[in-house]
Amino acid sequence: MRGRPARLLRAFLACVVLAAATAGASQAASVSLPTIERQVMCVTCKIPLNVAQSPQANREREYIRTLIAEGHDESEIKDALVVQYSSAVLGLPQTHGFDLAAYLVPVVVVVGLIALLAFLLPSWRRRSTASPAEPSRPISSEESARLESDLARFD
Amino acid sequence: MTVRRRLIPILVSLAGACLIGLLVYGISTQAASRTLDEQVARGEQPPAPDATRALPVLGGTGTGSLAALKGKVVILNFWASWCAPCQEEAPLLEGAQKTLLQHGGSVLGVTYKDITSDSERFMREFHLTYPNLRDGGGSFASSYGTDQLPESFIINRRGNIVEISRGEIAAPFVQRAIALAEST
Repeated sequence: MRGRPARLLRAFLACVVLAAATAGASQAASVSLPTIERQVMCVTCKIPLNVAQSPQANREREYIRTLIAEGHDESEIKDALVVQYSSAVLGLPQTHGFDLAAYLVPVVVVVGLIALLAFLLPSWRRRSTASPAEPSRPISSEESARLESDLARFD
Repeated sequence: MTVRRRLIPILVSLAGACLIGLLVYGISTQAASRTLDEQVARGEQPPAPDATRALPVLGGTGTGSLAALKGKVVILNFWASWCAPCQEEAPLLEGAQKTLLQHGGSVLGVTYKDITSDSERFMREFHLTYPNLRDGGGSFASSYGTDQLPESFIINRRGNIVEISRGEIAAPFVQRAIALAEST
């Protein structure tokens, strides 16, 4: 009885280690030019590298190919690109100057929308409780007869 | 209730206008500055921007700056190994360096968004002897409004810009730099 939980625990740990190793290996194996190209910028054209066509973009691609051939993983390749071209190659807005707007504007928009909803919701709720739906009017005998004749025509 | 009904579309419109304004401002500030060109065209001699900024020395160790050449006439040249016109003008600049050295001047190359090993190969290929600095991120170049290569600036002994060439230089540009070095 005492040995069984220990065996189960060992088997579980082995599975975890195996899964982690497999994931790591598949990640390393999946490093390819298109994978990196999608994540970095052509620094002179200021567009993603995978759609850029310029002499500098071609050199950047060639450099990435060299790094892949040397066996570097994705983060090492990105680090090497940052060393050569600065963090601008990652295409992330900077945390100062005008680029700061890229981080602040979404926050301001979300806060604004929440404030707008907080402002509007009570009045919508009041409107829906203040004016209940009108009760349906009973139909007259004339209308009932017309309805019956219409239905009979479809039969 | 009526005030509230009117206020909301106004506020939403204002927010939209602010976002559009921000977008327009962002796009307009992305363009390379031509302030230096305008000043030189008016006959002014603006001080060379960011002269004290330390940049890594290409093909060597440590850092260097434009300020280190103060007191000399300098041809500041932005280049990259992937730029075909830069290859065309490299021999002309190397020739200018030999003459400028005799008259208290120098060429100063600054690489623009280039891979270090490529730049070093370029230096060897064209037998460049003048000092070269590395501006990988392009922020030094940006202070000169540089966004196309090659671009060159003649800087006088006081550290002021006297002439700008946005594009490949020709012999007359170099001759004017040499004449300035000879005459001052």
